[in-house]
Amino acid sequence: MAVDKETVRKVARLARIAEPEQRLEPLAAELNGILGWIEQLNEVDVEGIEAMASTVDVSLPMREDKLEEGYTGGGQPENVVANAPKTEDHFFVVPKVVE
Amino acid sequence: MASITDLTLAELRDALREKKISAAETTDAYLGAIEKAGELNAFVTVTADNAREMAKASDDKLAKGDGGDLEGVPLGIKDLFCTEGVLTTAGSHILDGFKPVYESTVTANLWRDGAVCLGKLNMDEFAMGSSNETSFYGNVINPWRRKGDDTALTPGGSSGGSAASVAAHLCAAATGTDTGGSIRQPASLTATVGVKPTYGRCSRWGIVAFASSLDQAGPIARDVRDAAIMLKSMAGHDPKDSTSIDRPVPDYEAVLGASLKGLKIGIPKEYRLDGMPEEIEALWSQGADWLKDAGCEMVDVSLPMTKYALPVYYIVAPAEASSNLARYDGVKYGHRTKDFDDILSMYENTRAEGFGDEVKRRILIGTYVLSAGYYDAYYLRAQKVRKKIFDEFTDAFEKCDLLLTPSAPSAAFGLGEKTDDPVQMYLNDVFTVTGNLAGLPGASVPAGLDAQGLPLGLQLLARPFDEETLFKGMYALEQAAGFEARPENWWVG
Repeated sequence: MAVDKETVRKVARLARIAEPEQRLEPLAAELNGILGWIEQLNEVDVEGIEAMASTVDVSLPMREDKLEEGYTGGGQPENVVANAPKTEDHFFVVPKVVE
Repeated sequence: MASITDLTLAELRDALREKKISAAETTDAYLGAIEKAGELNAFVTVTADNAREMAKASDDKLAKGDGGDLEGVPLGIKDLFCTEGVLTTAGSHILDGFKPVYESTVTANLWRDGAVCLGKLNMDEFAMGSSNETSFYGNVINPWRRKGDDTALTPGGSSGGSAASVAAHLCAAATGTDTGGSIRQPASLTATVGVKPTYGRCSRWGIVAFASSLDQAGPIARDVRDAAIMLKSMAGHDPKDSTSIDRPVPDYEAVLGASLKGLKIGIPKEYRLDGMPEEIEALWSQGADWLKDAGCEMVDVSLPMTKYALPVYYIVAPAEASSNLARYDGVKYGHRTKDFDDILSMYENTRAEGFGDEVKRRILIGTYVLSAGYYDAYYLRAQKVRKKIFDEFTDAFEKCDLLLTPSAPSAAFGLGEKTDDPVQMYLNDVFTVTGNLAGLPGASVPAGLDAQGLPLGLQLLARPFDEETLFKGMYALEQAAGFEARPENWWVG
């Protein structure tokens, strides 16, 4: 499953990272180096094995549906936008999205 | 009395309680040491004013006799932990200017117990690296050097600033995080004690996420007792992290010195690698002998899936990272590009400018293995092999109580020596990454020096939530090794 230049272009677009044209070939080579090494996993018999997403064997705890105090509570729009590069009246400002 | 910065955390804690020294003079002593150690580049941010204020508050509490377990003890914090009002960078350009409006649970626990924050420690960008060479804030230099050679060596990574600052006595102890070995490998390379607790033992809330199913916080400290004191304060259930486990936190310090009689130590034969330096192999046998002398029984165990652990990790970790790092878009915090035409180019250029090469590489790998058509072949298969690794450990721990292995496949290496080939760099975590995939507690303890005078560590792994047995074993290794070497303080400028 070797990665070519066009695949890198597509993946970089999906990941929202601008990669200049001249980086695509070297990146393909780097990714192939890593993926080639990873492919030894194909030797392992995984028939009937369940996929493991977490080592913590508990169901997600539920909490009471009430407004929390403090960091995770509501009513603090200033804190939500405190670190944003551009804001106006507690809104995040981004370039025009809809024409 | 030894100079303040040469006291262990435990000695310092006791001296503060007995009012032999004040928190204020302790903090000043550390700030002075940090100031002289600029060459190590261990800190991204030093919070001197804040530290002095915290120390003053500690002295007030100590005067009244109601100090906490860490009252007045100055610590360094890996720059992956969000600290309220203090720049938090994760070693990345993309978090430029980010001052969290909240405090991570682990650091909040430390401040609750009276610790003083000296500042934020340098690290590999988003904890992705094993040599601290991917930080936007530059390389951290290991205080240790080869005998008669002033080549700059890596302190390991990703908690390189934590390990270097503890080794150079720039803080009494430090926090670290470990996703594939990022506490234990740097601890091994700097002769410090590093503990990665069981997944779920410490809250991940407020720690900048890398790979959420693997990330776990833990201490880097000067000795086993100090690490025990740190972990007790850092650990505990937190409803804000749904994977944090609701269990009582034992007093790890209380088990130190307990008898190891009858404990079974597993020696996994698959950890004997081709081309591993003979000194590491010899140290490993020496470690087994030490534990035998302490009353343990050695058991041969087999973990045949070991060789697949790193390839599994390099699917699972980048996959989770590509998802976690999607949040850095130039909208909510941190860097935003000035060069854009529309929202798409704003996202793409912000991320291209903000992330370093290793982070981009891992995001691309992660995006690829999760993309349509490849998900089953890579990600699902990796999760299944992860299950086999987990099951293998469960079986091994039927036969033994602890596993003994080397911590890292080499001593500290020169900066730039392994940066050309990502896979060569990844192999640094060959002994530690299994513990993350299986969620096990593990620790590195300094055990000896190689022929060049560089430290080497031994790793112990324990059953989930059995940190008490882990600490018992660590203490026995420490006692037997009698490791007292220190780096020469060439960095004092």
